[in-house]
Amino acid sequence: MERALFYVFGGLAVLASLWMVTRRNPLTSALSLVVAFLALAGLYAMLQADLLFAVQLWVYAGAIMVLVLFVIMLLNLRESETRPKPLGAGRFAIGALVVAAAAVKGLAVLGGVQSDLPVVDARFGSVAGVAEVLFTRYVLQFEIVSILLLAVIVAVVVLAKRRP
Amino acid sequence: MVSLAEYLILGAVLFTIGAVGVLTRSNGLILFMSLELMLNAVNLTFVAFSRFSGRLDGHVFVFLVTAVAAAEAAVGLAIFVSLFRLHRSVDVDELNAMGD
Repeated sequence: MERALFYVFGGLAVLASLWMVTRRNPLTSALSLVVAFLALAGLYAMLQADLLFAVQLWVYAGAIMVLVLFVIMLLNLRESETRPKPLGAGRFAIGALVVAAAAVKGLAVLGGVQSDLPVVDARFGSVAGVAEVLFTRYVLQFEIVSILLLAVIVAVVVLAKRRP
Repeated sequence: MVSLAEYLILGAVLFTIGAVGVLTRSNGLILFMSLELMLNAVNLTFVAFSRFSGRLDGHVFVFLVTAVAAAEAAVGLAIFVSLFRLHRSVDVDELNAMGD
């Protein structure tokens, strides 16, 4: 059952992201990326990451993708100016070689990965569990991110404002 | 039961698709979405490692990565909007104002 769900969500994520990369229309790309994000949210639920499941739906599939779709529709991009450039044979060969080398090396490493699933309690991945780690060990990083978000608010207003 | 290696392979495949998108597409918005896909592939490996080690540190990292990705989305899309005002296009291959 768990394996079947993994293949459904994983296959959906891979297919949707392939579709996203190969489409010419940015709107189609954005909508298939939403599907990929939803499939990843399903994988998070399988890994008992309850909070991240909700964050993935709200922040990624919700907020970020709505922003992307809004900009695509605002700029009114046509398909004609978004033709994918062909990948030359030489660059394709180099890319395939790098991926193959990384795959050989990576599979050798993955063979030695221990994968016995530890038993976790109900707090694992819940809001309370994540918050306990976030606000004790990683509180400095949390504060840095809040400063970053404040800077981004100001920067975006300055960038997107129409100059007189 | 799905093993850790399978989650890592899935994350690597998604990351590769995102990297291919960044290298081959010239439309700025699709390039940007490929970057988001790469971030999500790394997030998946973080969550998988977190589950298989029984520690919640990976979840915190994913939380912070999501916040930074949202900030990056806001700034990147604002740049594309002002770029479009200048050039009437978001094709990154046409951006050669600093020379080839």
